[in-house]
Amino acid sequence: MKETFWEKNKRAICNLALVLVLLAAVIAIDLLAPTTSMWFSVLRKVFTFALAAVSMNLLNGFTGLFSLGQAGFMLLGAYTYAIFTIPVELRASVFRNYGASLIQFQMPIVPALLCAGIVAAVFAFLIGLPVLRLKSDYLAIATLGFAEIVRGLVQLQNFGPLTNGPDPINKFTAPEHIWIYALIAGTCILLIILIVNSTYGRAFKAIRDDEIAAEAMGINLASHKQLSFITSSFFCGIAGAMLAMCNSSVSSVSFTTSMTYQILLVVVIGGIGSISGSMIAAFIYYASSEWWLKFLDLETYTAAGARVPLLGPGFRMVVFSVLIMIVVLFFRTGIMGTREISVYDFFAKLFSKKGGAAK
Amino acid sequence: MNIVPYLIRGLATGGQFALVAIGYTMVYGILKLINFAHGDLFMVSGILLIYLCANFPTLPIGAAIIIMIALTVLIGFLIEKCAYSPLRQAPRMSVMISAIGVSYLLQNLVSYITGGLSKQFPDIPFLSDSVKLFGVKDKLAVFLSPVAAIVLTVILVLIVNHTKFGMSMRAVSRDFETSQLMGVKINRVISITFAIGAFLAAVGSILYFAKNTGINHMAGSTPGIKAFIAAVVGGIGSVPGAVVGALIIGVVESLAKAFGLADFSDVISFGLLILILVVKPTGLFGEKLTEKV
Repeated sequence: MKETFWEKNKRAICNLALVLVLLAAVIAIDLLAPTTSMWFSVLRKVFTFALAAVSMNLLNGFTGLFSLGQAGFMLLGAYTYAIFTIPVELRASVFRNYGASLIQFQMPIVPALLCAGIVAAVFAFLIGLPVLRLKSDYLAIATLGFAEIVRGLVQLQNFGPLTNGPDPINKFTAPEHIWIYALIAGTCILLIILIVNSTYGRAFKAIRDDEIAAEAMGINLASHKQLSFITSSFFCGIAGAMLAMCNSSVSSVSFTTSMTYQILLVVVIGGIGSISGSMIAAFIYYASSEWWLKFLDLETYTAAGARVPLLGPGFRMVVFSVLIMIVVLFFRTGIMGTREISVYDFFAKLFSKKGGAAK
Repeated sequence: MNIVPYLIRGLATGGQFALVAIGYTMVYGILKLINFAHGDLFMVSGILLIYLCANFPTLPIGAAIIIMIALTVLIGFLIEKCAYSPLRQAPRMSVMISAIGVSYLLQNLVSYITGGLSKQFPDIPFLSDSVKLFGVKDKLAVFLSPVAAIVLTVILVLIVNHTKFGMSMRAVSRDFETSQLMGVKINRVISITFAIGAFLAAVGSILYFAKNTGINHMAGSTPGIKAFIAAVVGGIGSVPGAVVGALIIGVVESLAKAFGLADFSDVISFGLLILILVVKPTGLFGEKLTEKV
């Protein structure tokens, strides 16, 4: 009995072990690294955008719906979270330009996160009704337009008491420890993995591979597309709330289309249709853009006093975008393609090579 | 309230978007690709003129403009050769992602060169002069843009409908492979399409930046996105549609301002976009396509 359980779940168990090791590493960094370490800000961003990328992947990679509305849903999530978690006594000072805040209570973190997801999901449901009938490019344009509309509306003075108009919202609760971010992102990504491996997930993949064939096999296109769109937006909303936490300030100007493009590029680098790929890519992307390539932005001098050519403010992003173009043009499958990481297979291969004939 | 000045202003802004919108629509018609980098190419051409005028003060402005247009066409051509042509056999999504990558690259490159600062567009004699027409006082470039847009569109439509090159363009947009079998050199057709798009973007950028004189690395995104909405509203793939769409967007935004909804103007144009997509996804002048199994 025990044998079969192991046989059936060995890959999941081994991957779970990897996740636990990584979580332990995160907690160790949290406790041991000096507070000025780059690890903190970088890892917070990595977890946030890993979740955003995986949720985009659910839609673009697994269901084949090319949506570019991520920034809009993240904005909704970020605003919901921020508005609900400002301590009551600080509300007057945050909303000073608009008299008083419309909402006069404070939520704990977890319900606020759920609300962030739910608000994004409700908007996804409403916008999905008309928009999901559109195909590929047209869907991308419509969702992009939706994101811009949301960004435009939130800034309006008329919504001041609710959204603080064009002014940023701050002073809301934002956890310090990076393991909290790891836990939130980890839980959400686990849920997404479970969805992808369920009947729904298989239906999504069928729609991606061939819509007409999927319909002929009895899959209700409209409801499955809607479901995928809503789920993806729900997790996008949570990712937005996490972004609010990392920046400890929310302002609609930061949720531009280029943020959606960034998430899309992370998905592409990781491999469209690979969840572990998106996570690895999120780490590489943000660690290199915010940390490892930072030196490119500094004017550097050699020992002899000569200025190193080209280095200067902005050069990092140029190098970075060239690297992205190289990936897009020459490594189109990204890091993982459509495969997933499997610790078990990795070790099995390793040992079978060493042991020779073992199968 | 006198609505005429708002209508004139709307047509003028619409004309400025129109020249950019044609670039989107032509590329989409042939490659079925939304060229996200087109708005940034528009911005780059403005920056090029600034640097040409600043670095070669002895150069007459007319010569600078001609060099700028030539360089923009060259860049448009190179973008197609480097970023889109290697992906000819790839899924459409890959090409779209490549276009997003190019847009990112152009923005970052310009931001590096300008140091992220806004640069002042040079005064162009004649175009930058203020005139008063129909009770509206503005730069001549503003009034000239709808005229320029319509004249260039008429020329373009004549080329597309009455020349051999236009015929090959229509053939390629109808069916890629068959036209290749019939001896159409598709790579040349695509290159020339990109060159025409870049040329129109360069002309449009002179007219647009003569009015909105501050250019930074993000200056292409608003006109780019507006032009793009215009192309979709008019029916992406149709050249006259793009111009009509642009004029509609310009007038609608201007009327929004007239009725005190200036804050809503972006929201209204995006709302119009979604409305058109839902009601008539192929736009006002687009052709209806049926999917073959």
